[in-house]
Amino acid sequence: MSLLQIEKLTRNFGGLSAVSNVSLAVEEHELVGLIGPNGAGKTTLFNVLTGVYTPSSGRVMFQKGDKSIELSKLPPYKITRMGVARTFQNIRLFKELSVLDNVKIAMNHEARYGLFGALFRIGQYFKSEALIEEKAHAFLKEVNLDELAETKAKNLPYGKQRQLEIARALATGAKLLFLDEPAAGMNPQETHALTSFIKEIKEKMNLTIVLIEHDMSLVMEICERIFVLDYGKLIASGTPDEIKNNPRVIEAYLGDEVEL
Amino acid sequence: MKNVLNKRNLITLVIIGVLFFVVQLLIKERIITAYMRSNIYWIGIYIILGLSLNMIIGITGQLSLGHAGFMSIGAFAAAVVLKTNPTLTGLFIGIGIGVLISLAVSFVVAVPTLRLKGDYLAIATLGVAEIIRIVLNNLSVTGGASGISNIKMLMSWPLLYTFVILTIFLTHNFKNSAIGRACISIKEDEIAAEAMGINTTKYKVIAFMFGAALAAMAGSLFSTTYYIVKPDSFGVNTSINILILVVFGGMGSLSGTIIATFIIGLVNIVLQPYAEIRMILYALILIIVMIFRPQGLLGSQELSTKLLPNFKWKRKEKSS
Ligand SMILES: Nc1ncnc2c1ncn2[C@@H]1O[C@H](COP(=O)(O)OP(=O)(O)OP(=O)(O)O)[C@@H](O)[C@H]1O
Ligand SMILES: [Mg+2]
Repeated sequence: MSLLQIEKLTRNFGGLSAVSNVSLAVEEHELVGLIGPNGAGKTTLFNVLTGVYTPSSGRVMFQKGDKSIELSKLPPYKITRMGVARTFQNIRLFKELSVLDNVKIAMNHEARYGLFGALFRIGQYFKSEALIEEKAHAFLKEVNLDELAETKAKNLPYGKQRQLEIARALATGAKLLFLDEPAAGMNPQETHALTSFIKEIKEKMNLTIVLIEHDMSLVMEICERIFVLDYGKLIASGTPDEIKNNPRVIEAYLGDEVEL
Repeated sequence: MKNVLNKRNLITLVIIGVLFFVVQLLIKERIITAYMRSNIYWIGIYIILGLSLNMIIGITGQLSLGHAGFMSIGAFAAAVVLKTNPTLTGLFIGIGIGVLISLAVSFVVAVPTLRLKGDYLAIATLGVAEIIRIVLNNLSVTGGASGISNIKMLMSWPLLYTFVILTIFLTHNFKNSAIGRACISIKEDEIAAEAMGINTTKYKVIAFMFGAALAAMAGSLFSTTYYIVKPDSFGVNTSINILILVVFGGMGSLSGTIIATFIIGLVNIVLQPYAEIRMILYALILIIVMIFRPQGLLGSQELSTKLLPNFKWKRKEKSS
């Protein structure tokens, strides 16, 4: 069984089929790319996969241990609890909060006390808070952001914000990550640093990653397989070399400035 | 338990104790007059109201325009009980009943409205506060439109101080917990919060009910301070007055709300003789603040003993 199985997924907005009858599967520990021209439905697909939108039809199955879970029936926060997390095309950090607090919020499920524990600081409160603090710092060390722990997210340089967003998604304990244009707006050095960061965390934390990206050199360099969407439909899938030479893909991108 | 008895907490405890005894002494020596005392009670009750609304608006980012409605529930619950049982026990029973009713009403309002994203809560709370007011206006146990008068006056500095400190303790703990962080993440970005595994509806409901319960408590204290309650004292004007404290002090800043309440309490005293122009000046001051500090006095920052060990001394002077 594949880790993620998308079956005949459709999402309509009025008369528009932003995602149209898409079926695909992602295997454990893969790094796959999702590409396509602007408006092809890539972000919409992520939004359906993470529960922001419900599918108009079709379903999404996720393998957790030996259980098969229908993600498309769950609200976003429960999908995250299953070990599936994402980043956003237009960064959505908790801007006014520190890097540390951004990560702590992702680790909120680790708290072992309820409302009364919080209000009166009884039970596991102190132990639990100390543990979360320690885990958050350890996690930030692992993703090389610990020196910036006290910095407000909005004051980070752009590249670091993107990096923090990935780190925050990981801090939820996710094993499957959806990254929506992680290199958008980055200069070549930042893109390079990000590429090695993604590779590094993937190996270190045994992740499965699906990433949307317009930067073709990045996609071709790190993705093992690539899916191509156009007008909501899956028009091709295969290795980077196969995709580069696929006539339908070339046609879809015709007129775009993207170099394949 | 070394966490509890660290240096910071000890300093805070000492400040809390000193402030209490200084004001107590000033009252005993009659340096603080009965008129001043009534103003101090006003400030204390509004600190509780401001802090409670801050949980909803400042911490969780949900606009509520009906806070006075929950206040009135507590006010009438205490008034009714105090009529038959004019003792501290009666007051505590009244507070308990008010808090329970307030929790029930806020739950009924919150669950359908807070599942939605957007400012539906503002409209719903506005409506609910009006419904509460109209119900009270027509309810015979609460005296209808004329309300309840000659309520046993049990308010005292120790009583007020206990409840204010309790509220600061609870709201501070709420804010600085995993629950508080969840609420803050909702204010920052609801979609991102949900994507981080936060059950946003649950935390919005918790924050709203917590705020509503504290407001009811403040309402009960109001009854026993001013010995008369009328449904029309808890209209939208009162809700806006509470909202102003939160906006003026800074959304999400507890110390900001406290300072703002002091300042507005003092302004009220100073402007007392000029009743006609009081509202105009009041509005003017707010407009000026909003122009020069739109984020409120403290923004979302807190003053703490860690940053400014002398700060709370100033508060003592202001209240004396
Ligand atoms: N909430 C919505 N309501 C209506 N239409 C929408 C909505 N979200 C997306 N769309 C439409 O669906 C189509 C696909 O949009 P989507 O954002 O998924 O594209 P994309 O592949 O991510 O593009 P880009 O590369 O520009 O990010 C677009 O035509 C878009 O206008
Ligand atoms: Mg997109």
